[in-house]
Amino acid sequence: MLKPAGTWRDPESSLLLDMRNLRIEATVHPPGDDPQNVVIVDDVSLTLEKGRVLGLIGESGAGKSTMGLASMGYGRGSMRITGGEVFLNGRDILKGGVHELRKVRGSEICYVAQSAAAAFNPAQRLMDQVVEAALHHGIATRAEAEKRAVALFRKLGLPDPENIGQRYTHQVSGGQLQRVMTAMALCPEPDLIVFDEPTTALDVTTQIGVLAAIKDAIRDTGVAALYITHDLAVVSQVSDEIMVLRHGKMVEYGKTRQIIEAPRMDYTKALVSVRSLEHVENQPGAASLLSVNDVTAAYGRAHVKVVQNVSVQVCPGQTLAIVGESGSGKSTLARVITGLMPPLSGSITFDGRTLASSLAERTKDDLRQLQMIYQMADVAMNPRQTVGTIIGRPLEFYFGMRGRERDARVAELLDEIEMGRGFMNRYPAELSGGQKQRICIARALAAKPKLIICDEVTSALDPVVANGILKLLLRLQKIEDVAYLFITHDLHTVKAIADSIAVMYRGEVVRYGPKSSVLARPFDAYTDLLLSSVPEMEIGWLERASSRGSAAQSAS
Amino acid sequence: MGTSLANLVAQRIAFGILLLFAVSVLIFAGTQILPGDVAASILGQSATPQALANLREELGLNDPAIVRYFHWLGGVLTGDLGTALSSRQDIASSLGPRLWNTLFLAFWAAVVAVPLAIILGLLAVRYRNGPVDKTISGLALASTSLPEFFIGYLLVFLFAVKLQWFPSLSTVYDGMPFLERMKAIALPASALTLVVLAHMMRMTRAAILNVMQSAYIETAELKGLKPLQIIRRHAFPNAVAPIINVVMLNLAFLIVGVVVVEVIFVYPGMGQYLVDHVSKRDVPVVQAVGLIFAAVYIGLNMIADIAAILVNPRLRHPK
Repeated sequence: MLKPAGTWRDPESSLLLDMRNLRIEATVHPPGDDPQNVVIVDDVSLTLEKGRVLGLIGESGAGKSTMGLASMGYGRGSMRITGGEVFLNGRDILKGGVHELRKVRGSEICYVAQSAAAAFNPAQRLMDQVVEAALHHGIATRAEAEKRAVALFRKLGLPDPENIGQRYTHQVSGGQLQRVMTAMALCPEPDLIVFDEPTTALDVTTQIGVLAAIKDAIRDTGVAALYITHDLAVVSQVSDEIMVLRHGKMVEYGKTRQIIEAPRMDYTKALVSVRSLEHVENQPGAASLLSVNDVTAAYGRAHVKVVQNVSVQVCPGQTLAIVGESGSGKSTLARVITGLMPPLSGSITFDGRTLASSLAERTKDDLRQLQMIYQMADVAMNPRQTVGTIIGRPLEFYFGMRGRERDARVAELLDEIEMGRGFMNRYPAELSGGQKQRICIARALAAKPKLIICDEVTSALDPVVANGILKLLLRLQKIEDVAYLFITHDLHTVKAIADSIAVMYRGEVVRYGPKSSVLARPFDAYTDLLLSSVPEMEIGWLERASSRGSAAQSAS
Repeated sequence: MGTSLANLVAQRIAFGILLLFAVSVLIFAGTQILPGDVAASILGQSATPQALANLREELGLNDPAIVRYFHWLGGVLTGDLGTALSSRQDIASSLGPRLWNTLFLAFWAAVVAVPLAIILGLLAVRYRNGPVDKTISGLALASTSLPEFFIGYLLVFLFAVKLQWFPSLSTVYDGMPFLERMKAIALPASALTLVVLAHMMRMTRAAILNVMQSAYIETAELKGLKPLQIIRRHAFPNAVAPIINVVMLNLAFLIVGVVVVEVIFVYPGMGQYLVDHVSKRDVPVVQAVGLIFAAVYIGLNMIADIAAILVNPRLRHPK
């Protein structure tokens, strides 16, 4: 690992990227405070040889994207590299200033962003953007670059590779855009590509294809890659080595197999074992608390049906998980149950009575017994209210609690969510993502509900934090005897928390029953695809899953 | 799906026409409630009651307002704007050359102001928060804060009185050679340019800066493009819609807001004509000029709306 000192490198050596003792700082402007300097990356070094793939992994704020961008000499916003060196092909690219960096960017190093939909210019045809870097750096003529682009489109499995470049972003799906972006990065034939969470925004069944396409492209072109992600299972499919980062510092750095099979550091062990949480299902009781009866819901005057003939039940004190990809209608179903969106037909029975279809006609007690927790905890709270006010509000509203009585109950709830009464006077902005979600849980519990609808409540959180939230929810379920309707796209979450599962696809429930039977063979085609698309933390999973997928495709 | 684009455009045009009708009602109603009697103001204080009654009859002032409105509207739609009460001349034929003069002045002011504003806006973004940006913004804001008449007289003082480069009165006449005419309008056109420049420049800057926050700008930076290339290829095309909007708003101002500048430079355009006839309480002229100003305003805004629809790639290239 130790390299000889000195700034000169043998250009024939296989060492491509050598980032040494990187220190990256940013200026933050806390409200009402003077601007402060914070250290985003602290003394991190890494090396990458030609044609190899290094995975950078960590939770949000770990500094992994910052490291990736630093390899291009780029800092987002106020971030700046305040220490260390970046050698690319033996040259220190930070030495020559921004003019030198511009020569390197787009020719020797290219970048693939998380959200290709946002990273493409919506006013330009895709082809013009794909060939732009190659033309700008004089690497190829337009005709050569377009020819290369079409070949890359074909290699990456895009439909109609000859003509897809003539389209605009809004005419191409998210998974396809991510492939086009990979083609854009490969077009100037760089030595290194920085992949920054390239599949994170995709549905799981889309992710697997894109992942396989990226892996093949890396192998066939011999390009080296920095692969940034928070998902250890994903990164273990594509990388030769993995570096684990946390709070801007390196935690562990080693071969992929060592990291996932024999992690040395506690934090890495936590990351690896994060998906082992398993919940033993309860047998469904005789009575049901919530019963959704043949509900159909539609948007707009055209009556586009997003939920069709859905019937599911939730037993008291148990958890029903609704699983589906984006657009499957699972969140719309939640809107119907809460009364935010009256259904076209069908009814909702709750605790033995039929609920009014619209929110305005429901009684205060209906509202109290049916609470909701959202994906984005920070936008679900008033940023100008203290934690005490936020949790105290349902106590005042439903139970008329005031003053000391209310504060005592708030303190109790804060203890229940394992945060403690010290947080009473804090503002949401002072809390971490996981803490914010805990406050939302406490607010829901304050109403003493019989059912809480949890809409993707762990999706925006880092795996270790999400795990803590799931454990908390399970514990609270036992104490408070509350039922959950758990909406998620993540099958690991489902395994961790559900008693029964409903799989939704294009507005319909395609599979429904107790967890053990839903997750047992024989599967229907969609559930099979969904389950087999979830990355497993084992080397070679992607190849096995892909060959199964193509076998299934050629069979059909 | 091309029909949806045509539909949207047709909708905007229909709205524009509807709005123009509504404005014509307002103009008509507004001039009706003006105090005073047209017949009395034409004939003067010493008129006999009989003469007043005859004139009213002749002018159709005794008809109900709604009949007069439709009579007026029918005339307007056939190109007959009525007769000026004060001069007894056909309004359309005396308005024609003045409208042309106003458009001529506005056109040349726009030819200078629009590209200048956009280029200054682009430069301000390129060197944002630096001395270039601050100088551009400062000067532009200063010129906007000064009232038009002040700028007008300042220009006259400097370039007509002191330097004697341009005439202080913008006299133009039929058959005037082009260069002479340009020389005559140089000062009013400059005054107008200074008035509208800052607004367009600031809005261009703001619209582009807004787009500069987008992820695709970062993509462009990571391709190694230079700042001006990024602004030109990736930021500007996505900021065009709001820029067109503010440009059209200012073009409309160049035509309908020239009143003060025309009066200062005694330029024979619509504005001066309007001011003359307001003081003479010549209602048909005021109505006609008001309607033309409204039509220009609505028309340019409609063009801005349609242009914003046409530059939207989602609408131009549907799925």
